[in-house]
Amino acid sequence: MLASRAGLIWLAPATAIAVLAGPVLAGLAGTVLPAFGYFPSLGGRALSLDPFAALLAWPGLPASVWLSLGPGLLATVLSLGFAVLICAGWQGTAVFRAIERALSPVLSVPHAAAAFGLAFLIAPSGWIARALAPLAGWQVPPDVLILHDPWGLSLVAGLVAKEVPFLVLMMLAALPQARPEQSRKVAQALGYGRAAGWLKTVFPRVYPQIRLPVYAVLAYSMSAVDVAMILGPTTPPPLSVQVLAWMHDPDLALRFQAAAGAVLQLALVLVALALWRGAEALVATLGRRWAEGGARRAAEGAVRAGGIAAAGLTGGAALLGLAALALWSAAGVWRFPALWPETLGPAAWMRHGPELAQPLRDTALIGLGAVALALVLALWCLEAEQRGLRPPGRTLSLIYLPLIVPQVAFLTGLQALAIGSGLDGGPGAVLVVHLVFVLPYVMLSLGDPYRAWDRRFGIAAAALGASPTRIFWRVRLPMLLRPVLTAAAVGFAVSVGQYLPTLLIGAGRVQTVTTEAVALASGGDRRVIGVYGIVQTAAALVPFALAIVLPAVLWRNRRGLRHG
Amino acid sequence: MSRFVTALAAGALALSGLPALAQPDPADWDAVLAEARGQTVYFNAWGGSDVVNGFIAWAGARVAEEYGVTLEHVKLSDTAEAVSRVLAEKTAGQTAGGAVDLIWINGENFAAMKQQRLLLEPWADSLPNWALTDPEGNTALTADFTVPTDGQEAPWGMAKLVFFHDTARIDTPPATMAALGDWSAAHPGRFTYPQPPDFHGSTFLKQALIELSAFPDLLEQPVPDDELYTLATGPLWTFLDGLTPNLWRQGRAYPQNASRQMQLLADGEIDIAFNFNPNEASNAIASGLLPDTVRSHVHDGGMIGNASFVAIPFNANAQAGAMVVANFLMSPEAQLRLADPTVWGLGTVLAVDKLKPEDQAAFAALPLGVATLPPQALGPTLPEPHPSWMVRLEQDWMQRYGVGQ
Repeated sequence: MLASRAGLIWLAPATAIAVLAGPVLAGLAGTVLPAFGYFPSLGGRALSLDPFAALLAWPGLPASVWLSLGPGLLATVLSLGFAVLICAGWQGTAVFRAIERALSPVLSVPHAAAAFGLAFLIAPSGWIARALAPLAGWQVPPDVLILHDPWGLSLVAGLVAKEVPFLVLMMLAALPQARPEQSRKVAQALGYGRAAGWLKTVFPRVYPQIRLPVYAVLAYSMSAVDVAMILGPTTPPPLSVQVLAWMHDPDLALRFQAAAGAVLQLALVLVALALWRGAEALVATLGRRWAEGGARRAAEGAVRAGGIAAAGLTGGAALLGLAALALWSAAGVWRFPALWPETLGPAAWMRHGPELAQPLRDTALIGLGAVALALVLALWCLEAEQRGLRPPGRTLSLIYLPLIVPQVAFLTGLQALAIGSGLDGGPGAVLVVHLVFVLPYVMLSLGDPYRAWDRRFGIAAAALGASPTRIFWRVRLPMLLRPVLTAAAVGFAVSVGQYLPTLLIGAGRVQTVTTEAVALASGGDRRVIGVYGIVQTAAALVPFALAIVLPAVLWRNRRGLRHG
Repeated sequence: MSRFVTALAAGALALSGLPALAQPDPADWDAVLAEARGQTVYFNAWGGSDVVNGFIAWAGARVAEEYGVTLEHVKLSDTAEAVSRVLAEKTAGQTAGGAVDLIWINGENFAAMKQQRLLLEPWADSLPNWALTDPEGNTALTADFTVPTDGQEAPWGMAKLVFFHDTARIDTPPATMAALGDWSAAHPGRFTYPQPPDFHGSTFLKQALIELSAFPDLLEQPVPDDELYTLATGPLWTFLDGLTPNLWRQGRAYPQNASRQMQLLADGEIDIAFNFNPNEASNAIASGLLPDTVRSHVHDGGMIGNASFVAIPFNANAQAGAMVVANFLMSPEAQLRLADPTVWGLGTVLAVDKLKPEDQAAFAALPLGVATLPPQALGPTLPEPHPSWMVRLEQDWMQRYGVGQ
């Protein structure tokens, strides 16, 4: 009996790894084969290096590669830097709690919607330029290269605006284990400033916890397609965008080159991760020297000011962009240099409202299904781990593969596999693919609070005769309700945002608010983009709101659990 | 590696075991109608336009009423998504029951699908409503970018390139490519075109090539040798070398498609845009996107025109239903609605003189959009060059202007 139960719980990590790594590895095979010339339905039956030769002959390649590496690394450094400034300068203050509360709406804005919002803020015909127009005397927008700049700075801004809140959320989840309050008190008692104390005592313990999320940010920033298309350079574009363009080219022979490009993109991400890993060691060495140097202050004022500026800039950009989307969704005529639309009306909402019902329903069903499965698997894995049943070595980190491997590198291969096995085209198949992306995020946000749970509650319950299963259901899960709901909300937001996986595996027949949004947005009408951006945000925001409200309602007579 | 490959191929073969059902024959139209009743047709069509989406929704309601066919509009952001889908199905050996029943397609995508044998065998020229067209008089119906359609796609709308300008800022718009170059030199930063290989951007290159080349006849044939190609395209590159520094953002960035270009016109970032739908400016004014001071203009000597088509993939699931929809799209009822500028405003593919008198009267009574040129002012329609020119132009454009050199 005992053995079989242990066996059952052992299955958890194995299942999770199979569900996540399986599709990624299979999809990769479907990309690597064409990259080496094997693609029978296009006449490629022999292995060759021609696709790579064609890729190398493309004159835009050096710039394209640089635009994947440069902005990707810069966005990651800035995002991590901003997140650290915010936490180092303000953790444990009222300001920090306000930032915490503002996180959910910012996190709920899908990447593409946030990019559209930012684009309207910073474009030469955008809100900022409109505000300056009377002062500068602009009758027509200035001809300055802000969006699509060849250095990718607009792209970096768009990525940072979305990744800072994500990293702050991940730090929030990791912080309790580092016991920052105690460290801060000790450090301050020894005369260290708030920022110096945090950087020297808390950060070294928090960073290992958020290392995976940072890698995910790096991989995403280097290979994101949607944000890069809205904000990034176009002559040439970053590699991932070019790979997608080749995949969509009417000249089907370019599929080989596209596959080679996708393999190169994967290699670039791996190289960048290795570079990052090296930089970690360097920073650790320098940081240790600095920490042991004993300096009590770390430009305290600058860190605090930087923190508040970082929070204000990223949060402000996201929220103002959201406001711009909302305003556009109700705008009639709204031309440069007017700061406000000439007419407001519900026309766009009336036109698109009725067609939203079905995509919203499918979005909810797929999201709820994927999140439910992800929660079961994540809790199962974590509980197994708590009972000492860890899979050997680091095999469990395989479940983070979908966050590291660029989507362009495995999704088309995965699509061919899904068609071949007859599993595609339905909401069920889409749900399974969403699970691939939802589960790692659920694990990321749930893992730390789960491990940080005070085991003495379990020991007390066991002493009262409760079985491990009963402890799980009656003590641990209720106490962890809030982090579980937060993880569910994060997972749901991830599911809502999926575009390429939904399109490729759903055969275009499964329509979510995001697939509809991207198709309709291709027409460029800002009012339509506004409506769908707001709807996407709302769809992702509702679970975050529930994650805050539900524990308060359920535990209204259990004061100690409310902040669990 | 090779064993894995063999296993993969064997799996694909095993899965393709389903025999392909016999293709419905439109010559026996009653049988097609009977087979179509109850089918669901997944129509993969670009979804970026409210106008088009509204028209397709209307057509769906009508074919459901009339023929019991359910039409599902799969809204694409790029037609290539559907092409990729069919290709992926072929890769996986799925020769029947495919996810795409009907695609809105033309030009390069059609040429590629035809060449890769991804389309149903000829059917379109046997549709009942084909008799209402005049393929001899309107050669665009049987040659898509000069590639013979061979009955593998059915036309459903006539498009023609038209420029738009804001009369609030421009009195006399440029009437030739050369004049457009001069105008840009005088007004730097106020014109741009969608970045090739975007469909509209490549069309701009072709329009410029036709206007500037000393050998326009060459363009009807596949690209000849390099020497003739260089000779034919030399003036185009000279023109673009001069134009590029005067473009919006000095040509260091381009709008990705015609919709973005239109948005730039709406935002006042540029003064001249263009589109393949001569009624597009009127539609945009009606929806509040463009100011009502925008008007259309064309270049002396004519503008490129072509037809929009629908095609059925070789492995489509609802082939009979797709044929019924294609035939309905060519019906006088649907064509009248499509040509109505308050609905869409595309040109009709029908030969109006072949219609019943009441239908002829209805076409004659169609109003004209506020910014739309009357047919006689649209000038001659230039044929599309052979698609191989487009491929070479796009490659060379990318080399010269698309990689930041």
